[in-house]
Amino acid sequence: MKIRLRLVSFSAPIIALGLAVGLTSLILLGIGKDPIETFKMMFEYGSTGKSLVSVLNRTIPLYISAIAVAVGFKMGLFNIGVEGQYLLGALLAAAIGTSFAIYRPIHIFLIMLIAVVASSTWAAIAGYLKVYKGIHEVISTIMLNYIGTGLIAYLLSTVFFDEDEKNAIPQTVELPESGRLPSLNNVVGIEDLPNLHGFLPIALLLGLIYYLLIWKTTLGFDLRVTGANPVAAKFSGVDPKRLTIIAMIISGAFAGLVGMGPLLGYFHQYTIDFPPGLGFAGIGVALLGRNHPLGMLLGAMLFGFLERSAQILDLRGVPKEIETMMSAFILLIVVVFYEIIRRYIVTQQIKDASKKVES
Amino acid sequence: MNKAISVSKITKSFPGVLANSDINLEINEGAIHAIVGENGAGKSTLMKILYGMVKPDSGDIAIFDNKTVLNSPKDAIDSGLGMVHQHFMLADNLTVLESVILGIDKATFKNINLKRYTSEITEVINKYNLNIDLNKNIDELGVGEKQRVEILKVLFRGAKILILDEPTAVLVPQEVDELFNNLRDLKNNGVTIIFISHKLDEVLEIAEDISVMRGGIMVNTVSADGISKKDLAEMMIGKSLPKPPKRQSSISTSEILSIENLSAVNENGKKVFENISFKLNSSEILGIAGVEGNGQREIVEAIIGIHDYETGTIKLENNTIDDFSIRERLNLGISFIPEDRQAQALIMDMSLTNNVILGRQSLAKYKTKLTTVNLTNAAKASESVVENFDVKTPNTGTIATALSGGNQQKYVVGRELEDNPTLLIASQPTRGIDIGAQALIWEKLRNTRDEGLGVLLISADLEELIGLSDRIVVIYQGQFVAELQPEEITPEILGSYMTGLKK
Repeated sequence: MKIRLRLVSFSAPIIALGLAVGLTSLILLGIGKDPIETFKMMFEYGSTGKSLVSVLNRTIPLYISAIAVAVGFKMGLFNIGVEGQYLLGALLAAAIGTSFAIYRPIHIFLIMLIAVVASSTWAAIAGYLKVYKGIHEVISTIMLNYIGTGLIAYLLSTVFFDEDEKNAIPQTVELPESGRLPSLNNVVGIEDLPNLHGFLPIALLLGLIYYLLIWKTTLGFDLRVTGANPVAAKFSGVDPKRLTIIAMIISGAFAGLVGMGPLLGYFHQYTIDFPPGLGFAGIGVALLGRNHPLGMLLGAMLFGFLERSAQILDLRGVPKEIETMMSAFILLIVVVFYEIIRRYIVTQQIKDASKKVES
Repeated sequence: MNKAISVSKITKSFPGVLANSDINLEINEGAIHAIVGENGAGKSTLMKILYGMVKPDSGDIAIFDNKTVLNSPKDAIDSGLGMVHQHFMLADNLTVLESVILGIDKATFKNINLKRYTSEITEVINKYNLNIDLNKNIDELGVGEKQRVEILKVLFRGAKILILDEPTAVLVPQEVDELFNNLRDLKNNGVTIIFISHKLDEVLEIAEDISVMRGGIMVNTVSADGISKKDLAEMMIGKSLPKPPKRQSSISTSEILSIENLSAVNENGKKVFENISFKLNSSEILGIAGVEGNGQREIVEAIIGIHDYETGTIKLENNTIDDFSIRERLNLGISFIPEDRQAQALIMDMSLTNNVILGRQSLAKYKTKLTTVNLTNAAKASESVVENFDVKTPNTGTIATALSGGNQQKYVVGRELEDNPTLLIASQPTRGIDIGAQALIWEKLRNTRDEGLGVLLISADLEELIGLSDRIVVIYQGQFVAELQPEEITPEILGSYMTGLKK
């Protein structure tokens, strides 16, 4: 593709951001707040060192969640169940990971492995139901989210609840020191700021793995081909049943790592405060980032930034729900513009090709 | 006589396909007018244009002498034109009454006046002698009854012209008779009927006027009196295309493909082909002739592994491949040119280089040591296809959509011949493309055949079939009915075998 067309394809998120700011401003004006003042306030607060660390910490799980969703999207599979998958994975990893203590890298690896296995098993159920029982994955994953939430509540309040604690809040026992991932502050030289989760480099590595998997392996080729044209994919020898289950398992495996940043870096235990909603947020990030590893990274950072910078608003008398609306505007507008730009690029390519034929 | 519809100079092209070219057509009021042609001749496009589903690039339509612009099916219905689709548009869990009135009222909170509708609809049923029980559920109805409900729907909406798209394709003979009686009743009540089909017997039985389409053009409109099935078949099949030259080399004796007693049924338990046996040698092109829908598509799909078969054995060289997956079969060196390049052979928004890998994913050439996609080799292969098959494209990074139909098809054929296949299955290899691309594909197919490739060819273009094949078998209603030598036959003779006229 020509460089000019490549540049055009980047314009959609920028246009969407611009229009979303515009729409949000109108709403701010409607409720009698000064939009320029509000955005300035958000930007100033969001760009302090303390906030930037928080933005990065939010970016990590959001990014991995987007990757988990994107694996399914690439083959036209909608894994809405990342939510239940990562929470269940995090709970089991926290509960089982606390029962032993060994050499740190191995301990952390095992905790991650437990999460991956638990989440991908949960996701595989939806894959099985789709392939062998004809149940659409959107329905089954949504239902599995509910079942997962119930299961978590049950396990947390009975089996994994440490009743010796005076604390009456249902939670697992804290991970031993060897099961905690140290912060990156010493490494990057920001000792005076809050903890930067040590999972950040792993998240970036996952982005790279995702990229290699989808664009470089034959499995990824099959996934993309199936997503783009299931009939031609079948004619080319893809077994759609097998691939559906594999895709759900891989998607679930990424989902299992969503909760690891917060668990290993900050919470060190599964409590009822463990951050929910990352699975759903990941769908939006995948959409915004067009399932591309870099796009999703930027998308996750943008949403992380908006979320963090909105924290100041309530204190200054502006409802912080403004930020939720703005995120929604961005997503709605970006979907429209991606389609417009996709069509534009296709027409341009057809034009280029017909020029070639005439010449 | 008054004209129900007059169409003048209608042209419609889709990317890569000229579906309708300068079509003129006049339909007399109160007549049953058949439109015949092979699949892909442009009948459906013309009907979609009349029904407002597709907008023509140019040309005019007049309905009852009023020039009309049809932007949607609603416009068509308002002008008194209704369509019964080949695939019924009915919801199983509604009653007949509900199905008929569905969508008639604008959505309001008012009660639906069921009593009034019941009496009005009953009036229509009695007038046209349709024999439908309004209170039955759709899922209790047989196919013929469902079709009558579809007809009732459009009549109740005031249609004076009825388009029936391949109405007999889904019916058994008794139901066809019943349908024809209904159609005659409709005609006697002044309804104009456009009957689309490629079954010539039926057309001759029911229609007064017959229009023949071929390759996007309107060949002729004739009166059904005094025309024979043979004449119609000739018009439908045509003789205008240049004949491919006959072969130079001789067929070898080494067997590539051997099929024994293959039988299969479809989802509804209906037999699609039965007791099919044949052998194909290397350096041979075996043509399968048949009117579409007689089982030839399912046979090639069975060889690829896409269509299941109940009994029988397929052997490729020395391997019995019945238990092989599609991919395993492709890996043995089967190449496949499917009939619909855009839906089955290409990923339209992927680059040509990516498309070259399609169907060859597990070929060592397209893999690196880490089982990753070898794009370097793919790009090389893609360039070689573009060069050898004269594919007109800016470069191999261009997406498939950007190419014209002929270039897409040349690319697909080139890809399938790229890696020295042992067997090539070519289904409609030159459908809907320009003559230049067609000639090139013919030449390439013949050359690779001479080099030892075994080819199984399916084509609706009988000139192509006769010109390319070394041997032709004819399939009729799922069974091979004849084996013919191409030197000894003409399209007309072949056509009479295909339509069951000759056995």
